[in-house]
Amino acid sequence: MYKYDQYDQSIVDARVAEFRDQCARRLKGELTEDQFKPLRLMNGLYLQLHAYMLRVAIPYGTLDSRQMRMLGHIARKYDRGYGHFTTRQNLQYNWIKLEDCGDILADLASVEMHAIQTSGNCIRNISSDQFAGAAADEVTDPRPWAELLRQWSSFHPEFSYLPRKFKIAVIASDEDRAAMRLHDIGMQLIERDGVVGAKIFVGGGMGRTPMIAPEIKDFVPYEDLLSYLEACLRVYNRHGRRDNMYKARIKILVHEIGAEEYARQVEEEFAHVKTLGIDPPRAELDRIAAYFADPAFETGVSDDIDCSDPDFALWLDGNVHAHKRPGYVSVTISLKPIGGIPGDASADQIDLMADLAERYSFDELRVTHSQNIVLPHVKKADLYALWQHLHAAGLGESNLDLISDIIACPGLDYCSLANARSIPVAQKIASRFADMNRQRELGELKLKISGCINACGHHHAGHIGILGVDRKGTENYQLLLGGSGAEDVSLAKITGPGFDEDGIVDAVEKVTDVYLANRAEGERFVDTYRRVGMDPFKEALYG
Amino acid sequence: MKLLTGNDLKTGDVIWWAGGEWSRHVEDAVDVTDKGESLAATEEAARRVNAPYVIDAVATDNGPRPAHIKDRVRALGPTVRLDLSLKPADPHAGNWVI
Repeated sequence: MYKYDQYDQSIVDARVAEFRDQCARRLKGELTEDQFKPLRLMNGLYLQLHAYMLRVAIPYGTLDSRQMRMLGHIARKYDRGYGHFTTRQNLQYNWIKLEDCGDILADLASVEMHAIQTSGNCIRNISSDQFAGAAADEVTDPRPWAELLRQWSSFHPEFSYLPRKFKIAVIASDEDRAAMRLHDIGMQLIERDGVVGAKIFVGGGMGRTPMIAPEIKDFVPYEDLLSYLEACLRVYNRHGRRDNMYKARIKILVHEIGAEEYARQVEEEFAHVKTLGIDPPRAELDRIAAYFADPAFETGVSDDIDCSDPDFALWLDGNVHAHKRPGYVSVTISLKPIGGIPGDASADQIDLMADLAERYSFDELRVTHSQNIVLPHVKKADLYALWQHLHAAGLGESNLDLISDIIACPGLDYCSLANARSIPVAQKIASRFADMNRQRELGELKLKISGCINACGHHHAGHIGILGVDRKGTENYQLLLGGSGAEDVSLAKITGPGFDEDGIVDAVEKVTDVYLANRAEGERFVDTYRRVGMDPFKEALYG
Repeated sequence: MKLLTGNDLKTGDVIWWAGGEWSRHVEDAVDVTDKGESLAATEEAARRVNAPYVIDAVATDNGPRPAHIKDRVRALGPTVRLDLSLKPADPHAGNWVI
């Protein structure tokens, strides 16, 4: 885990004091809402449907038990006893009082956390692979690189007022667990001739105009990385469409001028930026990497697991991931109980996960973009005891990557931008498919729901996607098929006319029936869709 | 009818203009007719409300019902957490929203 140095801590403490003062001035009437709004947004504070909402940054989704406990403490003391883990690996509180904000941010700062750059047209929290540093298939640990980018992008004076928000993802394996190519910049760390560098993709994103980021550079060595990224941002900052917020994301720029021309301009700018000497020496990456050194893994530990408890065996089959060290696995804790709210965790559950991380996972936790929690380093011999704790706390759901492991944005139940509710639809679908045998028969099926076109629920990347729209004042749900945010990235296509709340649940069931009737050996839902096309699904839906 | 709504500056709570004061309960809201915009300006300047705006609503026997679902969700609370809504004891409260 990265630890703040005196500069990090003093910067964050200063920001807490500054925002505390700004809140006080707002409450005294010295600032109008128009004046205050950009200031609060810079500190992750939104005004949502019911109250202020605070979005807390969890850098590349990594946190330790002390930080996790603080999230639980804030939920309990200042909010209504729960928090919501987001598709950007952050956490949101839904019921924050303005008068408490200074104290909340001070509490966060006391455990090296903040809410800076979780809103606004700046570089947002860097996202990454939830299994970073643990996965058997990574070429290197992406977290030091993500941390380097965090430090580079925090308070970057040139990129604090970009045309629009800017999201970067870093992965280090061929398997993409971070929806990397659906980010403004996606970085895949690769090894070439014994040297690790980054393959760069630019111009991906979801929202109203979904795009898959094209590759614009096959290899950037560490020594050039920040200069190259600086050049990417500079070209965007210069030519991004500030005149139209719907065309202001970098994906529009890259699409309009073409990836080749964009890459050419970046190279031209890079030639200039490189002369400025902003790239830190290799020793800086090594310094950061030292914070992410492996924990004290035991050697010679057994790979044997007693699977005699059938419920445990079911969970084990779906919720663990291969680890780079023998005798260990990474465990995903599902925050998707049947009928529950995807991504929500109570303060007690947050505390429990912190305790379990401390006891079984070298004090580490991760947040996934699928709104689940990972314990990255669990000894196989401890799995049964761990599962028993999780099961008793309602956190033992064995539905990872199955149809009830649904990504859902807060939707119209909480969000002022939403047009329709997402969570009730997720609950109804999960309940319809509650039978675990049925879920397992369907196999890997990623279902993602957004309550508006902004696509926080990643519906474009769902094997099955659902988009809530407002049709003459009533909620209506469009069905999309064939998306993926993984290494087989693709954008889902809309099936046809939308459905009401109950109709969309029936529609999901119909398309799964079509899949079961048509699938070939070993095919996932999305594989069958890609092979047979949209027609049989449309036929079943619309006759 | 027209209602004036906004958020409490300190707490962020959804509030409704009840004629002379603000209420957390939409049942208390009064028809602001064509005076909503001027009322909003006065109340916002006095820091008694944050981000006020005028909405359409329908008068019913149980009080005003906002015309748009978004404002009905604001009035009640999240339909998926009725325990946190303004009517936690009513299991059918969510039906009012839809």
